[in-house]
Amino acid sequence: MSKQTSLYHIHTALGAKMIPFAGYDMPVRYAGDKVEHMAVREAAGMFDVSHMGEFIIRGPKALELIQKVTSNDASKLHDGKAQYSCLPNHEGGIVDDIIVYHIREDQYMIVANASNIEKDWNWITETNKSIGAEMIDVSEETSLLAVSGPKAEAIVQKLTDWDLSQLGTYDCIKGTFHGAEKSLIATTGYTGERTFEIFLYNHHVERIWNDLLEAGQEHGLIPTGLGARDTLRLEMGYMLYGNDINDHTSPLEAGLGWITKLNKGDFNGRDAILKLKEEGPKKKLVAFKLLERGIPRRDYEIVKDGVVLGTVTSGSMSPVSSEGIGMGYVPMEHAAIGTEIQIRIRNKDLAALVVKPPMIEK
Amino acid sequence: MNIPQDLLYTSEHEWVRIEGDIAVIGITDFAQSQLGDIVYVDIETVGDEVEANDVFGSVEAVKTVSDLFMPITGTILEVNAALEDDPQFVNEEPYGSGWMIKVQISEGADRSALLSAADYEAQVENA
Repeated sequence: MSKQTSLYHIHTALGAKMIPFAGYDMPVRYAGDKVEHMAVREAAGMFDVSHMGEFIIRGPKALELIQKVTSNDASKLHDGKAQYSCLPNHEGGIVDDIIVYHIREDQYMIVANASNIEKDWNWITETNKSIGAEMIDVSEETSLLAVSGPKAEAIVQKLTDWDLSQLGTYDCIKGTFHGAEKSLIATTGYTGERTFEIFLYNHHVERIWNDLLEAGQEHGLIPTGLGARDTLRLEMGYMLYGNDINDHTSPLEAGLGWITKLNKGDFNGRDAILKLKEEGPKKKLVAFKLLERGIPRRDYEIVKDGVVLGTVTSGSMSPVSSEGIGMGYVPMEHAAIGTEIQIRIRNKDLAALVVKPPMIEK
Repeated sequence: MNIPQDLLYTSEHEWVRIEGDIAVIGITDFAQSQLGDIVYVDIETVGDEVEANDVFGSVEAVKTVSDLFMPITGTILEVNAALEDDPQFVNEEPYGSGWMIKVQISEGADRSALLSAADYEAQVENA
């Protein structure tokens, strides 16, 4: 039996196609994948991503715990800032990729992928045994809306007195948003467009969803589903946990060296990651686009001159460019930007090129 | 759900319109609605004789790819060339401009597995 977000009945009333995802029944599309995708690129879309997990880490030991479980350097994070990071395991693989929000002194929030909530919680709890920070899992009582697109700020601004233009990227503010107390607004997102992620208590979310939809009508805001969310993130080259990264991939192989601060002091997996850095990773996650007509899909083979290099970890058609785009791991010697590779689609090897994300003109 | 009475169907959601020994084949309204925006119809079996239930091509939506199954044994005479530039016809008019192939039905081809509109509707409702 799948769980439902607080907006389940709204999604079904809007005619959304619901699919099981990470234990929830989630809207994959409303009007159509392409229309929703283009709305986010050109106007705005609103996602219900309440399935995501939220953990509060607080108290005088909070930073120590965050530093021990994450790869990025949270000591650099002042109040009101957020940071992309990952939870490495002791073998140097990735338990999850997360965002750490520094809400105020000694109070942090970790946002986890829905499919990893229990795994992350257990993992962080294990590390916390020797540290003793206060941890609260607020996933069940927290809803999350993401309003994303070039019109997102104008829309969200209609509902609040906070001057949203003051927020850069990866900023957050906590307070009462449009009558919803203890909300958190953050400029984190997963689409490559200006995004406001609004964390709310469940009992506020229906009213806020409806008011945002109404406020956004004049700006072209439409509800957008997980289908569009996936193609939007793929065009940007953003990873999806379970597809592009997992317990056995290293942040160094995934191109996440920039959030892996080996000099910040000890953290879970540091030794293993350091060892891999010294040896040099053997494979790398690359982004590619097809030069011929065809659409790469997960698990299709990446080849070069008939030799299998690896498999596609994420693939789709770009709704913006109409080209086949994807990601996958290849041996380091074939990972350079501009390398010609092929994707094996139904026994045909179609020409593709390793590119630097984003895979569309931005 | 649009399920025209005058067509026959497969349990894999293809429809077939039989006129003499010629069959026109596409996918149903239900199928296109499940797939979402169709962006590519890949059929490279023109001229081939394809057995019933074998794959004659594939249809790509933004999110998924699905095999297309031959409803009846026959030789593929023609692919709907309009789908090359306008694959969305399959979403817009699955039984009209979104047709996919025209087939010369092989002699003695078994038609007994094809579903009537009523049988297909029952299958979709029970899905």
